Amino acid sequence: MAEIRNYTLNFGPQHPAAHGVLRLVLELDGEVIERADPHIGLLHRATEKLAEHKTFLQSVPYMDRLDYVSMMCNEHAYCMAIEKLLQLSVPQRAQYIRVMFDEITRILNHLLWLGAHALDIGAMTVFLYAFREREDLMDVYEAVSGARMHAAYYRPGGVYRDLPERMPRYSAQHSRSAATLAEMNANRQGSVLDFIEDFTERFPRYVDEYETLLTDNRIWKQRTVGIGVLDPERAKALGCTGPMLRGSGVAWDLRKHQPYAAYADMDFEIPVGRNGDCYDRYLVRMEEMRQSNRIVRQCVAWLKENPGPVITDNHKVAPPSREAMKTNMEELIHHFKLFTEGMHVPEGEAYAAVEHPKGEFGIYLVSDGANKPYRLKIRAPGFAHLAAMDEMARGHMIADAVAIIGTMDIVFGEIDR
Amino acid sequence: MPLTPEALLARLREAIGEDLVKAVLALGEVTLEVAPENWLATCTRLRDQAGLSFDTLIDLCGVDYSAYREDSWEGRRFAVVIHLLSVKRNHRVRLRTFCADDDLPLVDSLVNVWPAANWFEREAFDLYGIVFAGHPDLRRLLTDYGFIGHPFRKDFPLSGHVEMRYDPDMRRVIYQPVTVEPREVTPRILREKNYGDTDVENGRG
Repeated sequence: MAEIRNYTLNFGPQHPAAHGVLRLVLELDGEVIERADPHIGLLHRATEKLAEHKTFLQSVPYMDRLDYVSMMCNEHAYCMAIEKLLQLSVPQRAQYIRVMFDEITRILNHLLWLGAHALDIGAMTVFLYAFREREDLMDVYEAVSGARMHAAYYRPGGVYRDLPERMPRYSAQHSRSAATLAEMNANRQGSVLDFIEDFTERFPRYVDEYETLLTDNRIWKQRTVGIGVLDPERAKALGCTGPMLRGSGVAWDLRKHQPYAAYADMDFEIPVGRNGDCYDRYLVRMEEMRQSNRIVRQCVAWLKENPGPVITDNHKVAPPSREAMKTNMEELIHHFKLFTEGMHVPEGEAYAAVEHPKGEFGIYLVSDGANKPYRLKIRAPGFAHLAAMDEMARGHMIADAVAIIGTMDIVFGEIDR
Repeated sequence: MPLTPEALLARLREAIGEDLVKAVLALGEVTLEVAPENWLATCTRLRDQAGLSFDTLIDLCGVDYSAYREDSWEGRRFAVVIHLLSVKRNHRVRLRTFCADDDLPLVDSLVNVWPAANWFEREAFDLYGIVFAGHPDLRRLLTDYGFIGHPFRKDFPLSGHVEMRYDPDMRRVIYQPVTVEPREVTPRILREKNYGDTDVENGRG
């Protein structure tokens, strides 16, 4: 009898289903995975070390570039850690704006995840639909911060500016008739909040569309049901959080159990799965999008009623208004000191975590009282999930590796940091 | 209902007993310090004790304290910090241990307590050179294949030691000493205690 030897296969780092720069070394027995060894770090930029050499404010844009599909949630955790050390209170309107954008970000993230995951498993159409809705949400990002992705909108003490009164509109072009232009701008006549409200009215129908394409789709079910099963105790031991844990039936959500910002006032449900396989995690994320939509609606209603400041008036942390800076000597000094030397954060250590779309995203900050962090540790949810890859992939077929990578919703910006 | 931090601290004191070196309650977070020889036993106890049941290791990281407050640090240099979460009981704790030897920082691995520790320990080894005894596969994780040094140590320059470029003569990518100068735009400033007697809370200088 011929000697049977295991076969080693390199998957990535340029494979489209590897979601970025994952090099996966698969040890195969025929088509069955015996061992999966992910090699990461190809996108390692040493964000944590860079942050030690920057002032607290200068590191905010780095946070966007960690998980670059859920930008504002990363900023939220970072700002919360600083605010905790400073023992700074954030105005309530800023809290609601943060909650609203956290949920918009969650929808953005899940839409990209859904499109990419379906594409990996062979369903092309969902990707195109998902990007249609992402476009509207990116416009909202752009309207408040000027950037479609890397917003740097959350600042320690609040958010950089209030929501604009006017939603930007499409302009006339040669290729657009007046009727087309009027149609494109139909829901952009009011403020940004009106546009978001209009989106939340449309969005549940869109989710129904995706579900029509996938939920009862026979091919989709064949590729996801019973794949990558995690039992709840094992999921906890492996450090899984977020939809990875909820898919296994553990109703754990930081927004409910350790509420931060304005989540205590929000009315929403935590969807949980039953079997802990890829299909259940898909269902959990679909339901999360509906729940996020509900939260956004509550925030819009509140924000329309309650004007107020959106950033703290402590000018050691947040800059004074332009007008005050130009007319008042003390404010000028504050402005100058804040943007050159930066703020000093009291000595101590703090850990702040948010329910990021992918799981628990935490910032552990050690300050020695200087104008720069002494140590910043980013706890990325995808890191723990990818570490569980070996265990989840064992015994599956090689094609299932793609489904498992997809279901973990990994983004290398946060895993490699 | 989750425990208050005070009640949690009392329960932790009871569970760890003699082995506890230091316990701090600040900003609503409980921080404990244990000696490296009790590291593994303490962690196992925190996981298994019914009233605590820390079932998830959220984070494990290394810290290099050598430059803390302008090099005035007198304790040992390397620490391992873990953040634990109990999903079952909804509470958190932070645990720290200082490695006994600055030249060969060594601490027991927690892989057998929480499998999640595997990659976190590889990362701490890679970036700080902390060795985890009993780890099944202590390879570098984030840095390049064949990387030399531990880049997150405070004595490792931000710009590194080597850079990479393509050499047209040798027709391959080569390493050479860095050509960039380390540049610091904003210096690190540490103010003395009670500087200017500022009232930071109310923003009055």
